[in-house]
Amino acid sequence: MGLPSIETVECDILVIGGGMSGCGAAFESKFWGEDLKVVIVDKAVIERSGATGEGLSAINCYMGQRYGWNTPEDFVHYVVNDMMGLAREDLVYDVGRHVDSSVHLLEEWGLPIWKKDNGEYERIGRWQIPIHGESLKPVTAEPARKAVGKENIYERVSITHLLTDANDPNRIAGAIGFGVRENKIWVFKAQAVIMTSGGASNVFRPRSVNEGIGRTWYSVFATGSAYGLMIPIGTEMTQMEHRFVPTRFKDGYGPVGMWFQYFHAHVENALGEDYTVTRDDELRKYEPYGSAIPTPTPLRNHQMFLDIKEGKGPMYMRTDLAMQELAGGDPAKMDKVREEAWEDFLDMTIAQAMTWASQNIAPEETPSEVVLAEPYIMGSHSGEAGAWVSGPEDLAPPEYYWGYNKMTTIRGLFAAGDGVGAAPHKFSSGSFTEGRLAAKSAVRFVKENSTSVQLNSSQVNTLAESIWAPLETFDKYKGVSTAPEINPHYITPKQALVRLQKIMDEYAGGTSALYTTNGPTLERGIALIEMLREDLQHQGARNRHELLRCWEVVHRTWTGEAHLRHLLHRKETRWPGYYYRSDYPDLDDVNWRVFVNSKFDASANRWDISTKPYLNLVK
Amino acid sequence: MPTYVDPNTCNACAGEHEGPLCVYICPNDLMTMDLEQNKGVNQEPELCSECYACVKLCPQEAIFVRGYSDFVPLGASVHPTRVEGGLTWTVKFRDGRELQFTYPSRTTPVGSSDPYRDFTEDRENDLQGQGLAGESKWLGVDKLPTL
Repeated sequence: MGLPSIETVECDILVIGGGMSGCGAAFESKFWGEDLKVVIVDKAVIERSGATGEGLSAINCYMGQRYGWNTPEDFVHYVVNDMMGLAREDLVYDVGRHVDSSVHLLEEWGLPIWKKDNGEYERIGRWQIPIHGESLKPVTAEPARKAVGKENIYERVSITHLLTDANDPNRIAGAIGFGVRENKIWVFKAQAVIMTSGGASNVFRPRSVNEGIGRTWYSVFATGSAYGLMIPIGTEMTQMEHRFVPTRFKDGYGPVGMWFQYFHAHVENALGEDYTVTRDDELRKYEPYGSAIPTPTPLRNHQMFLDIKEGKGPMYMRTDLAMQELAGGDPAKMDKVREEAWEDFLDMTIAQAMTWASQNIAPEETPSEVVLAEPYIMGSHSGEAGAWVSGPEDLAPPEYYWGYNKMTTIRGLFAAGDGVGAAPHKFSSGSFTEGRLAAKSAVRFVKENSTSVQLNSSQVNTLAESIWAPLETFDKYKGVSTAPEINPHYITPKQALVRLQKIMDEYAGGTSALYTTNGPTLERGIALIEMLREDLQHQGARNRHELLRCWEVVHRTWTGEAHLRHLLHRKETRWPGYYYRSDYPDLDDVNWRVFVNSKFDASANRWDISTKPYLNLVK
Repeated sequence: MPTYVDPNTCNACAGEHEGPLCVYICPNDLMTMDLEQNKGVNQEPELCSECYACVKLCPQEAIFVRGYSDFVPLGASVHPTRVEGGLTWTVKFRDGRELQFTYPSRTTPVGSSDPYRDFTEDRENDLQGQGLAGESKWLGVDKLPTL
């Protein structure tokens, strides 16, 4: 076997990940840094990589400032309530005030947006506009590719670790990874790095058990690398205890937003009851958030969960009633509603269309089951896990500001999208926008900090060997057993993933534990995941495809461990419907309306957990 | 909902400079070449998210999807065909019913985007400010809000 050749690329700005945030970062950094070398690295091909690669049926973050629909202040109020009181208002406002320009640019580049007769954008809800979004990602990637130049895009390269400066462990110096399609270690030396890679699916045991585990709600390609790359070098993280549990159409995980907000459908239990009506009193336990309009997402989950726990399922979305109401007996109107309903899936979750067709579900005739999915840890949708970053100069108070907007606590390391914590509800357009904001800031950082970073060659060589180790391990020990999957010297990446998912499901409040955990259970989970983290150094890979999976499960495991440790620290139940601490069942605004932050200290193999204040900036 | 390749139609993308296009595009490194058959194959169907990136790109229309065995009964199909500016979807139910829908994908020719057209920001003087590239033209309001 033997270590393959190491190729080094030097650049000013390295963008890790070519999803919506990464494309935004690449586009923006080449405008302000016309003279800088900007490189994008992606484990796939940017036309279809990332969480939006399949397409989307809506832009879920649009203010409509030009129409007078919403202000960034309105957006902050909405997001803070939906997060039950905890979000960084400076970061949320920053996305809100800029996001319209991103949406208008996407339209200019070719994204078809639904229009009303008067030429204004059509609306689904307060922040959502419907699109014909099957090609959202190629439309977004094209100008990014043009901006940086095709010679600066490294595709099918999987980044496994960040690199810090030889003389300053708190200064970023680049990243290292390997070629997914060729035997090569890639080293990127960069003055600034923008972390735009993904949040985490498949950390918790999914409801599906075989082929269906690919049908995660959040992209199965989102492997928690935003967290698994930043945590090991000591980046301060925030809100890693937060998770999102989506209510979605059962198994296919098709979106429900359009059904609730545009078609005005409701969900009924087996007794024909609507939990938003029968469980209204439950909301009073969670004031002031219980009275917020709209009801925060976790509380709506919580209401439905109570029905399910009492055995009142299945829960059915009454698509039939909603469509018949909208059509009003007019076949032409029904044709239009039917076309819109199917497009919602065909643009973004094609599996749901297949699920309906295979089960003979015509939505105008047959209601469709909805379910609470397994938990996801992410920072761009309704989750808020990610790095603790500086806010913008004109918005952030001193507690939230250290010189460069979207810079993490590691100098020169910027983040966007799933990588930024406490700044949720960005979705595709907001992530693209946050990538742009991080990029402009990174350009300024590079121009104002000209001292060249130095790579630590022994760090690079050690990491190169560890990246390749699973292939070496397999080669060395394969003769011990006639079955490649059963060997006392290594575990396969698939086996490691299943172990992670079992730990998270049973100890961190997954679906089989009814989203419930407590202190002793979490401590036991931490003990087991520490052993898993050790065992991950003994993975075996038969080929580069399995090597990719080995490093994906490493990133997912860092994400899971951070989640467990943060859950243990927060002694309250702030997000019922997402998870329950049975030992601290109440929301406690007096003591716990604070951010939970953590830093991993690699030299001591220790996690330091602290809290940071929530500051109300928008009155 | 894993993809599968019709061996009678797949020609391994002979003549495509990127090589086999399903292998080129798959976001999860699933599509690969079966070297014995010289045909595309999905090497890890349990991590296929049915994103249809390969189905949409296949020049031979040789790639199809058989719904996830966990929960999708046999007999249905959902298949796109590329048409001018969009896709036509054919949805076949298990009971034989068939629906067809055509949706647009893109309003401009592929390759026509011009990243910074008519942007007026000054790359040096505006670098310190809060405005993003092109916002004087594209934000939709005259002034960037602040607190």
